[in-house]
Amino acid sequence: MRGYALQRLAVGAVQLVLLAVLVFLLTSLLPGDAAEVRNNEDATPEQVAALREQLRLDRPAWERFTDWAQGVLAGDLGTSLVSGGPVLDVLTNSAGVTLLLAAVTFMVVVPLAVLLGVVSGLREGGRLDRTVTSVTLTLNAVPDFVLALLLVAGLSLRLGWLPATWVGVGPADLLAEPALLVLPVTVVAARLVCLLSRQVRAGVVTVLGAGYVTQARRLGVPRRTLLLRHVLPNAAVPGIQELARVGDNLVGGVLIVEAVFAVPGVATALVGAVEARDVPTVQGLALVVAVAALLFSLAADLVCHRLVPRTEVLR
Amino acid sequence: MSTFRDRREFLALAGAAGSAGALALTGCGAGSGGGAAGDTGDKGAPRRGGQFRALFTGGGEAETIDPHAEALAIDMARTKAVFDRLVDLDATMTPVPGLAEKWESDAEATVWRFTLRDALFHDGKRLTPEDVLFSFARILDPKATTHFAQGLLSVIDLKRSRGVGRNVVQLALSRPSAEFPALLGTLGTAVVSTRYRDPARPVGTGAFRLKSFRAGRSFTAVRFDDHWGGGAYVDELRILSADADARGNALRGGEAEYGHEMTPTFARTAQADRSVRIVAAKGSTAHAIVMKCDRKPFDNPDVTLALKLLADREKLVEVVLAGRGAVGNDMFGKGYRYYPEDVPQRQRDVAEARALLKRAGVLNKPLSLYTSSVATGFVEAATLFAEQAADAGLRVRVTTGSSETYFKDQLSKGVLGSHRSGAMSIPTYINDRLLTTSSFNASGWRREDFDARFAKAQSSTDEAERTRLYGELQRTVHEEGGLLMWGHPDWLNAVSSRVRGVTAAPPNTLDSARFDKVWLA
Repeated sequence: MRGYALQRLAVGAVQLVLLAVLVFLLTSLLPGDAAEVRNNEDATPEQVAALREQLRLDRPAWERFTDWAQGVLAGDLGTSLVSGGPVLDVLTNSAGVTLLLAAVTFMVVVPLAVLLGVVSGLREGGRLDRTVTSVTLTLNAVPDFVLALLLVAGLSLRLGWLPATWVGVGPADLLAEPALLVLPVTVVAARLVCLLSRQVRAGVVTVLGAGYVTQARRLGVPRRTLLLRHVLPNAAVPGIQELARVGDNLVGGVLIVEAVFAVPGVATALVGAVEARDVPTVQGLALVVAVAALLFSLAADLVCHRLVPRTEVLR
Repeated sequence: MSTFRDRREFLALAGAAGSAGALALTGCGAGSGGGAAGDTGDKGAPRRGGQFRALFTGGGEAETIDPHAEALAIDMARTKAVFDRLVDLDATMTPVPGLAEKWESDAEATVWRFTLRDALFHDGKRLTPEDVLFSFARILDPKATTHFAQGLLSVIDLKRSRGVGRNVVQLALSRPSAEFPALLGTLGTAVVSTRYRDPARPVGTGAFRLKSFRAGRSFTAVRFDDHWGGGAYVDELRILSADADARGNALRGGEAEYGHEMTPTFARTAQADRSVRIVAAKGSTAHAIVMKCDRKPFDNPDVTLALKLLADREKLVEVVLAGRGAVGNDMFGKGYRYYPEDVPQRQRDVAEARALLKRAGVLNKPLSLYTSSVATGFVEAATLFAEQAADAGLRVRVTTGSSETYFKDQLSKGVLGSHRSGAMSIPTYINDRLLTTSSFNASGWRREDFDARFAKAQSSTDEAERTRLYGELQRTVHEEGGLLMWGHPDWLNAVSSRVRGVTAAPPNTLDSARFDKVWLA
């Protein structure tokens, strides 16, 4: 298994290099550069040219890329073209809230999705299953921003139970006032619970109908052991893979939720950097999010292997 | 070396400065002056105390607290809190005293003398002429790439400028400019102290002292008790960033006191909500379709006139601005100083437009209109105008481009384009958009005689004469220019119902996003 993990990491490194090149190429393809976009309509051509020189954007693209890549290899993510400060600052400023939001969302989503999935899978076609299915499918059909705005309008503005936004909130306030987390986490979790519980339910239904479960039943394995030992591990595999996929979405930030609740997270920083053509920041953020995605997917594979060892996957 | 041998050589613009002073005084009366502000609750004496949270569209890492590099509305609000300018602009873009209590020029408008107020910096030192000269030197520093007042203020000849006594600054200009005081009331012109080095540690004279600032996150400032204007009412001012939806929700949820630049949609919902109030400055900015006069078919003034006759302005205002705005008359600056109010409103006349187009032989050729979603309403206005043009059989093809580079791309793409302008004085607008040398001459309007007439108006020290000359320039643009200025949107801000002392004012003017006169009931 260690060999497998190392092999995956090596492939991951190649993927990261390709990604870095791709992100650089794509941002270079966008019209305008940081100097031109900075002040669309207010700067004279002379000022734009001077700024371009100052930001050293007049060098060939290849040179700028290799400079950046050398820095990254030395552990330096580069300097933001907008703030003039290190990209690492942009990252640490925005990653904190995003990670917190992602962690809390995980803690809510995983138990809830497993519970709903297993319960409805065990009673396939029953009243409970049909209720859970209808609710999750309906919720899944409501776009994030609609759900967010509805919740804010109802719970915050009308009833005044929860804060409507994170306006003026510092990191310390989040711990002091956990109520701030409720609405953003609810909106993100709603969609994820739907996705994951459907996966778990489908897994449970499939496994329950499998030959080895029927055989175990016939041998008189107690119901509880059957569920925990045989059904759940097998049924969880698609769910865990799905979880890894949504995990890197969460770490990349959820733009809609950040915008509606004024959460200063990674997605806002990334979109801002793209709009400002702040290439080093875009590169840095994309790289870190990509590393997170690779690690998530590797972790998911290893966990799945632990649950259901399959030699043909991990040689 | 003094340019003045005798005080009598000055032509005191006492009329202008004096009346402006009176305006400012009434304007300071607890914010009760001026405004169609809907200041329903401004009764009672102002109270001190409290925290005031104001919300703006954020700029993330691009935000700055350097007053000379300010570019975004949120930057300007912070600058206004911490610093002052020599001169400010009132709601009609007329200069009113700021740190300069009065000013006068010589007969050619090339040498100006500004008398400074008794003002204290946050470090307790008195404002001196040296501070003012230092500020202009800093703004005009050739190494600075983000000081946007450089273009306008390059007219100052620093080598010949100097302090006179302890409270007079004499500024020499390289060419005559009767509009010079108004230029000192624009973006990026705040006065800093000679001890100002690090933007993170500002030394200003403003009504608030900086407590903390993090770009894209938060700004906190506290009242400066020794401010020359009497000081602010609130104890603490926080300026924060949030998107439009979040601004509205935070205001309604009691998490903020002021929201800058709200949408007409929010204004409609706010009507039913007693916790917030909309403060609307009528017709403050401008929306236009531009026709490039240096390209076919718009090198023929008949064709530009035909398109102006084609637009259904009422419909555009109703649809694109959700009815919150005034109909435009193909000139910039409705309601501002020097605007010729007596030019009759242009009405829609499809038959006449069709006749003109037919005569010019352009009916069968489709015209390209380049737009983007960079400003709210651009794409909507372009699409609606294309439909209106079809009423005369004219085909207009709308192309949507990248928003980040729109204003530069628009100069080269399309014979028609979307255009909008923020609030600025009419001379500044002409200078930036309608001269041969203007970098962003959106309508390709390049005429030597127009440039010369503008220069003449700029150097005329007689206000009535200047008003007449600017009026004529505006009439020329109205008749022959490439600006189909169809509407002037209202400028919508919102305050929570506890807030008093907020005056309706166009952006970029003294009372816009001004928080030293606000108080909480």
